[in-house]
Amino acid sequence: MMVAFGATIMRAGRRFLSSLPALFGVLVFTFLLMRVLPGDPAVFFASGPNAGKEEIETIRKQMGLNKPVPEQLMLYLYDVGRGNLGRSMMTGQLVTTDLRQRLPASLELTFTALLIAVVSAVPLGVLAALKPGSVTDHGVRLFCALGVCVPTFVSGLLLIYVFYYLLGLAPDPTGRVDIFASLPPSRTGFLLIDFLLAGDIEGWWAAFRQLILPAVSMALFVVAPLARITRASMLVSLGSDFVRTARSVGLPWWRVVVTYALRNAILPVITIAGIVFSTMLGANVLVEKVFSWPGVASYALDALLASDYAPVQGFVLLMASVFVIVNLVVDVLYGIADPRVTIS
Amino acid sequence: MTGATLRHAGWILRGNPLTGVAAAGIFLLMAVAMLGPLIVPYDPIVSDVPQALMPPSAAHIAGTDQLGRDVFSRLIVAARLDLAIAISAVGISFAIGAVIGAICGYTGGRLDRAVGRFVDVLMAFPLFVLAMAMVAALGNRVENIIIATAIINLPFYIRFARAEVNIRRNVGWVEAARACGDSHISVVLRFLLPNVLPAMAVQMSLNLGWAILNAAGLSFIGLGVKPPTPEWGIMVAEGARFISTGKWWLVAFPGLALMLAVLSFNLLGDGIRDILDPRMRT
Repeated sequence: MMVAFGATIMRAGRRFLSSLPALFGVLVFTFLLMRVLPGDPAVFFASGPNAGKEEIETIRKQMGLNKPVPEQLMLYLYDVGRGNLGRSMMTGQLVTTDLRQRLPASLELTFTALLIAVVSAVPLGVLAALKPGSVTDHGVRLFCALGVCVPTFVSGLLLIYVFYYLLGLAPDPTGRVDIFASLPPSRTGFLLIDFLLAGDIEGWWAAFRQLILPAVSMALFVVAPLARITRASMLVSLGSDFVRTARSVGLPWWRVVVTYALRNAILPVITIAGIVFSTMLGANVLVEKVFSWPGVASYALDALLASDYAPVQGFVLLMASVFVIVNLVVDVLYGIADPRVTIS
Repeated sequence: MTGATLRHAGWILRGNPLTGVAAAGIFLLMAVAMLGPLIVPYDPIVSDVPQALMPPSAAHIAGTDQLGRDVFSRLIVAARLDLAIAISAVGISFAIGAVIGAICGYTGGRLDRAVGRFVDVLMAFPLFVLAMAMVAALGNRVENIIIATAIINLPFYIRFARAEVNIRRNVGWVEAARACGDSHISVVLRFLLPNVLPAMAVQMSLNLGWAILNAAGLSFIGLGVKPPTPEWGIMVAEGARFISTGKWWLVAFPGLALMLAVLSFNLLGDGIRDILDPRMRT
């Protein structure tokens, strides 16, 4: 067991090292991309439309825009190496501070959405695979086909219409908590966890109600690929010899399905879940906009529209890093789900 | 297409009638996109403020928006722009991606590794975020939505074409063509690419749906198409302001249009795959 674990860590480490060039590429690529953005940010951040030439020149110097681009790039890389992502002109804060404040909101949303998606997709896929060609199977297929066709921003808005306007079950769809609510002391930044730690059940419930609609609208879009891969993978696994053997020795059917078939069918599902997670990070932009969610994606979008370079670069770097970490987690999960992977 | 292929297609259609429905849906979309402005009951741009925010009725079957414009007419006219963006983006990305991928798969070696790295970098981005940044960098215009969508589609085509060509580069008919004096370029363009095309058609059909969603998403967050141009993503964005006061039709109908378009392309892609290779059906 220890050997397998060590091997998993080794493999994950190798994968991490091989992803570093890609991360570096991302860094340089966003830097160059941001430098061709139209509009002069110095003019944008000057005091007003009639700011003097000198004032603009001062801001340009302050932002380092007067230096040649290669030198700017080297300075930027040096700063990033020291963990300094620059300062946002919009908020006046360090980009790292802004991102750290807002990242938990995005992650809480994305994790909840992923959890909802997996918890609903895996049973759906298993049910469909147990009786291929049945009404359930076709129902799941139809649901999947429709699910990937509705854009997240449309399903989000329709959920607001139904649960906020028609039924009155959901709270006002803006932000993570009611503006008058008192926040728990911030320990993790994840409101659901912080409320629990503070023992404030009422606050937890309020935060949960704010979270559920955006999370569901994000989950709806990704249930389909997860359910489809579960079904396909379960079909293979259910048709295999070990399942026949397990059945023939008279094990209860749920044990055959869950312990034998599903455990063996889970590898492709983990892969797809990793891919789905990074798609969701992109889709965050849309959902955060619909629900005025104070996450990193909406922050980057505002910065992008204001030609504020540093936050956008920081955001893309953050997303790429999260992506790398997710791939690592997938690797480790792979090793746990199927120890054979680590040997080869 | 020979008689046998047609019979096979007919057999597939009986097994999966949805493919026929999808083909009909796409035919309808194309017709609407072409005839658009000729068949709409109202002008999609001119506002009629006294009629603003009316729910669906006999006169306005999909209601009116905040400026009193007929939602149904705007939906119909928008079809051309949305389809044009998706089709040109996927077309560009297919043309470039297939050739690059095929060359890489055929030659292998250093070029292949370099392109592989580039594709890895591209895939390391959350792709929607990349498209966002590109549209913002290149300027807020329709052409740039097309370019951005084409670029984020590119890695898939390069990988796909590379893999498909790579497994065929040593087969008998490639050797035969080489032995008959065909140049490498001719082998790739005249023999390998045509063989890869059917599989790529499936990919294209599926990607068209994705491209439509992407373009609509970009205009939803305020990048790309500008109001008052009718476009499905913008219509949803404009309707979003009125959803919490119950004006559902401003979001539901453009959403429905997007859904039907994407659904048709996805089902058609699945259908083509069934016709080409029944084993791949899931």
